[in-house]
Amino acid sequence: MNGSADTIPAQDVAARAEQGTSLWKDAWLRLRRNKLAMVGLVLVVLILAACFVVPLFIDLDPNTQRLDRKFEAPSATHWLGTDQLGRDLLHRIVEGGQISLLVAFFATFLTGIVGILYGGIAGYVGGRVDSVMMRIVDGLLAMPFLIIVILFRELIKVPVEKLSDWLIADVGLSTDLVLRFGNIAPLIVAIAAFGWLTMGRIVRTQAASLVELEFVEAARSLGLGHGRILLRHILPNALGPIIIYATLTVPSFILYEATLSFLGLGIEPPHASWGSLIKEGANFLETRPALILIPGLVFSTTLFALNFLGDGLRDALDPKSSKD
Amino acid sequence: MIKLVLTRLVQAIVVVFALVSFTFFAVRMLPGNPFVNEKAIPEHILEQTKAAYGLDGNWLQQFAIYWKNVLLHGDLGPSFSLYGRTVSGIIAQSFPVSLMLGGFALLMGVGVGLPLGALAALRRNGVIDYASMLLAMAGICVPSFVLGPLLQLYVARNVDWISVAGWERPSDILLPSIALGTGVAAYVARLTRGGMLEVLGQDFIRTARAKGVPPGTVVVRHALRGAVLPAVTYLGPAFAAIITGSFVVETIFQVPGMGQHFVTSVTSQDYFLLQGLVMFYGLLMAAANFGVDVALAALNPRLRSKS
Repeated sequence: MNGSADTIPAQDVAARAEQGTSLWKDAWLRLRRNKLAMVGLVLVVLILAACFVVPLFIDLDPNTQRLDRKFEAPSATHWLGTDQLGRDLLHRIVEGGQISLLVAFFATFLTGIVGILYGGIAGYVGGRVDSVMMRIVDGLLAMPFLIIVILFRELIKVPVEKLSDWLIADVGLSTDLVLRFGNIAPLIVAIAAFGWLTMGRIVRTQAASLVELEFVEAARSLGLGHGRILLRHILPNALGPIIIYATLTVPSFILYEATLSFLGLGIEPPHASWGSLIKEGANFLETRPALILIPGLVFSTTLFALNFLGDGLRDALDPKSSKD
Repeated sequence: MIKLVLTRLVQAIVVVFALVSFTFFAVRMLPGNPFVNEKAIPEHILEQTKAAYGLDGNWLQQFAIYWKNVLLHGDLGPSFSLYGRTVSGIIAQSFPVSLMLGGFALLMGVGVGLPLGALAALRRNGVIDYASMLLAMAGICVPSFVLGPLLQLYVARNVDWISVAGWERPSDILLPSIALGTGVAAYVARLTRGGMLEVLGQDFIRTARAKGVPPGTVVVRHALRGAVLPAVTYLGPAFAAIITGSFVVETIFQVPGMGQHFVTSVTSQDYFLLQGLVMFYGLLMAAANFGVDVALAALNPRLRSKS
C-alpha cells in the first residue's frame, strides 16, 4: 500500500484525491444504476408517505362502524369502498400499514441493538465466552421461530397491559398514545426477542475477524477502553453487513406480523394490520373479493419493494457478493 | 460421523426439553384457566376438575408428574378443548394429514424450484433467467395467506374437480400444497441459481469442458451436485416454514391437520395439547435439521473430513 503512490504519476494522485469517494457514496452510485432497486426505493418512499405523512393532513377514521353503509362500492367519499361493518377500506389499509410497518421497523431496530451487543461482545471477547454465547444462539435457532414467538407474545401480553395502565394512571401519559402502542408492543418485543439471533451471528463473525486486525491492536496500544474499541472502531467497519441484513429483515418481520395477525394471534381488534385485514377479507371471498384483493395487493407490493431495495443494497454495499 | 450424531442428539434433547418447559410454565402463567368458558363455574367444581386432570399441585409438582408420565409411560396427557381425547390420539390422527400435505408441498417446492434455478443460471441474464427470478420473487412476496384465497377464488371456482376447501377427495391436496410449497420453490430456485453460478465458474468445470465432456453431462454430473448445496442447507428452515405455513394453510383450506390444533390449543389454553404439539414439532425440527446435516456431509466431502 505505501509504495503504490511512487509508481503512479503525480497528477493522477492529485486527481484521485479530488474525486475521492467514500464507501457509502460508491454504494449509492451503484444502487442508482440498479433499476429494480430504484423502483423499490420509490415505492417504499410512496408507501411510507401514504402511511405516515398523509395522515398528518387528513383525519384517519378507520374504526367508525356505519352499519347502513356496508360493502359499498368505491365512491368519492370512500375511495376503496367500505367493509362488512361499513368502515372505510382505504383508511383501514393506511392504519394497518402504520401498524405493520411500525412493528417491523421497531422490531428490526431492537434486533439490531441486541444483535450488535451480543454478537459484538462474543466476537470481541472470543474464547470460551464466545463459544458458550454462540451455543446458546444455536440452541435458540433450532427452535421453531413462529411457535416460540406466539407463546412469548401470549406470555408478555398481561405485563404490557399492566404497564400501560400504570403509564396512563400514574405517569399521566395520553391514553390514546399508550393504548395504541400497548397494542403493538407485545408483538414487537416477541418478534425481536427471538429475531436477533441471525444478526448476532453476523455481527459476531465480523467482530471476530476485525479484532485480529492491526488497527484494533493500534487502538488497544493507545490505551482505549473495550467499549470504545467495540463501538467506535469495530462497529463502523461491520456496518455494511449489518445494514444489508437489517433491510432484508424488515420485509420478513412484516410477513411474520401478518402471519400472526392472520391467525388471530397478533394485533387485537378493532385495530387492523395488513395481516388481519387479509384475514377479515378472506371471510367475504365469494361475495366481496375486493376486501381481500386490495389489502393483499398493497401487502405484496410492499414486500416486493422492500426485497428489491434490500437486494439492491446488498449488491451495492458488497459488490463481491453480487449474484450477477 | 458418530460425533456428529451424538452432538446433534444431545442438542436436540436440550432444545426440546427447554422448549417444552418454556411452554409448560408460559401457558400456566397466562391469565384465566382452560376451564373458564362463557358460564361461570362454581369454585368446588373447578377444584374437582383441576384435581381430575392432575392440576391441583403446585407447578413444580405438575412439571415432575408431566415428565414422569411422558418419559415412563409415553403419556402426553388429556386434551381439555377436545373433550375425552388424549393428546397422543389427536397427534396420531392429525399428523398423517399434515405429513401428507407438508410432504407434497415440500416435494413440489423442490421439484419446481431446483430445475427453475438451475435453468436460470444456465441461461443467465436471458429471458428465462429474468422470468424465473421474477417468479421466485413473487413466491416470496405473495405469502400463503394471500395466495391461498386467490387460488380458491380463481382456480377452485372455475375447475369442477377442485373444491374450495375440505379434505375428502384426492384432488383436495392440490391447492393447499401449492399455497404451502410456492414459498419454498421460490427460495430453492434463488439458492440453486446462486449455487449453480458459483460452481459453473470453477476450474473443475472448465477442465471437464476442456476434456470434451458433453455440456449436459457437465451440468448434471459435475455442476449440480455442488450447486444444490445452498438449497439443501435451506431445507432445514424450509421444513420449519412448512410447519408454520401449515397453521395458516390448514385454516384456509379446512384441512384436519395438526396446524389447526396448534392455533386452537393456544387460544383455548389447552395445556397438555399445546405441550404435546410443541414437543412433537420440536422433535420433528431436530430430525429435519439432522437429516439436512447428514445430506450435506454426503454431498460435500470437505464437510465429512472436518467432523
